[in-house]
Amino acid sequence: MYKKITALAALGALLAAPAMAADKVKIGFVTTITTPAGVIGQDMVDAVNLAMDDIGGKMGGLDVELIIEDDAFNPPVGKQKVDKLVKQDDVDFVAGFIWSHVLLASKKSALDAGKFLISSNAGPSQLAGDQCDKNFFSASWQNDQTPMAMGEVLNQNGVKSVYVMAPNYAAGKNMIAGVERTFKGKIVGRDLTKWGKDAQLDFSAELAKAKASGADALWVFYPGKAGGALIKQYEQAGLLGQLPLYTVFTVDSIALPKLQEGNLKGVMGSLNTQHWGPDLDNPQNKKFVEGFKKKYGRYPSFYAAQSYDTMFMIKSAVEAVNGNLDDKDGMRAAMKKADFPSTRGKFSFGNNHFPIQNFYLREVVADADGVWTTKIVKTVLENHQDPYAGECKM
Amino acid sequence: MDWGLFTIQMLNGLQLGVLLFLLAAGLTLVFGIMDFVNLAHGSLYMMGAYFCATLTQLTDSFLLGVVLALPLTALLGWLVELIVVRALYTHDHLDHVLATFGLILCFDTAVDYIWGPTGMAIPLPDFLNGQVTLFGGLEFPVFRLVIIASGLLVAALLYVMVAHTRLGMLIRAGASNRTMVMALGVDIGKLFALVFAVGAAFAGFAGMLIAPITEASIGMGNDIIIVAFVVIIIGGIGSIKGAFVAAMIVGLIDTMGRSFLDQLLKVFMSAQNAETSAPALSAMAIYILMAVVLAFRPQGLFPPKVR
Repeated sequence: MYKKITALAALGALLAAPAMAADKVKIGFVTTITTPAGVIGQDMVDAVNLAMDDIGGKMGGLDVELIIEDDAFNPPVGKQKVDKLVKQDDVDFVAGFIWSHVLLASKKSALDAGKFLISSNAGPSQLAGDQCDKNFFSASWQNDQTPMAMGEVLNQNGVKSVYVMAPNYAAGKNMIAGVERTFKGKIVGRDLTKWGKDAQLDFSAELAKAKASGADALWVFYPGKAGGALIKQYEQAGLLGQLPLYTVFTVDSIALPKLQEGNLKGVMGSLNTQHWGPDLDNPQNKKFVEGFKKKYGRYPSFYAAQSYDTMFMIKSAVEAVNGNLDDKDGMRAAMKKADFPSTRGKFSFGNNHFPIQNFYLREVVADADGVWTTKIVKTVLENHQDPYAGECKM
Repeated sequence: MDWGLFTIQMLNGLQLGVLLFLLAAGLTLVFGIMDFVNLAHGSLYMMGAYFCATLTQLTDSFLLGVVLALPLTALLGWLVELIVVRALYTHDHLDHVLATFGLILCFDTAVDYIWGPTGMAIPLPDFLNGQVTLFGGLEFPVFRLVIIASGLLVAALLYVMVAHTRLGMLIRAGASNRTMVMALGVDIGKLFALVFAVGAAFAGFAGMLIAPITEASIGMGNDIIIVAFVVIIIGGIGSIKGAFVAAMIVGLIDTMGRSFLDQLLKVFMSAQNAETSAPALSAMAIYILMAVVLAFRPQGLFPPKVR
């Protein structure tokens, strides 16, 4: 009897063994699939799937299992999904996150469980500053940085006064703070509009105020479909030519096809800043942009580029420890080196695990086939670190 | 005070009010006459926008798109009444809410399957895309002026229909005392179907007017339908006049709140707090108004005369 039990136990152990040793890398990817903001999520998921093709579905000899979850543009839902990924699926990496408020609501669930948390977009100031964490990495930027670059551009273009508009949530406030950090002129008016699932999309009142304010320029931050709506109304309100438009995270390859479809030429020549562009010249970016256009027939957005980078960053970590996913310290050290091919070219991580990288000025142009896209004009900030890094005790 | 800006913002508020009226008109008739709570009214608004977007693409003309999409939306409304709503008149409000909430999910998913999740832009012809100079050198987008004009036109038509035609008489009678109308031998089923289809066309029309500004997208009706309910509650359920007045009040409050509340708040709080709380407060203002109306005049501002 005793023998039988030990034999059974041994058999059980044998059967269980492969399941216990990590035989695959589990990545939970949280983004917005439903709601109109799902367009962004789709772009990210497409990029992740492209990365999966390009790495043959393997990292460091292990199969990769990808679990995609929808946060519904809603912080409590995002947190629920991260709880599920951590507890039920027991993933090794939690990645994704378009929205700062969703990331802030979800971070505790992932970090308390000792998982790696990688933001493929959102860069709230809290996570760069006093709430930084050894297991959190950003594959994007800190929210303030891109508008800081824009503030510099405004200075260089001799803009003396600006009217600013952004959605009323964590990132919107960071973005405005970013412009204020570097812009030397006067901010004559500020509008924070309703955001979330029932976000305000009609900006008639705000644009009328901007026009009446007598500002030299209008600066906006409206990610996703709100961006297209805003630019359309900007043109309909007759602001084109009267109030030059400067944007961050608003005019991208998600908004541009819509604007081209509606033939809103007003956006041509408008300026925006970004850490990346589809025409940025490095081998990884060429491979990514060409691959993405071939597979999906459109330009990738910066969301896509960052998601693609996320996958290669995870791959570099898994390879550094030869697939031993229990070696968290080894993986953390590997990621910290930023030693992977990135679409933005070579960069390094700061003490708070946010990239120290270049920011470029981009202009909207038509490419050789007449498709509207952006072209990098010049480098605005070189090897730029976010302003919160000093508050991070790491 | 900048009176130029004030005038423009009044016009913007009027434009929002007109859109709300188009939605609320159908809603208040269906609620008032048939005693039917139709949460899916917003879906008809969305479907109108999508029909118009597709037809605009096919015909290369926004005007033709609207003209063709209007009967199509009415037809859809009629089908919804025939297939789903008709069976529910005898049930209570909870069943209405459940069934029409289900309809919302069906419509949203159908749009996702047919048109995809990305939404559709409606390009406007050049003569609608520009601005007009009003008195005093004020510039205002032509299309928003068109929205105001067409909304007021519809309101006038509705007024004539409800106040001066036999059909309108039946509708008013239905809103006051449905049983009596039936007892007098009116085919109430036909009347209900007609009212539902007309309401759907109005909602669809509102969707067609807003889509060139924002764009047609999934769930676009689900946010605005809440505001439309606020409008009909403030105005008095079943009353077209109430819906009109309340829609204008709500439109103006919302727009004026967004325009001037932050200036007002800055008088007694820090600029940063004022800027953060102003959008939240102006979003709340219409609900506060509704609460006040419910507290002091629960039947609404212009309730239909009963008996």
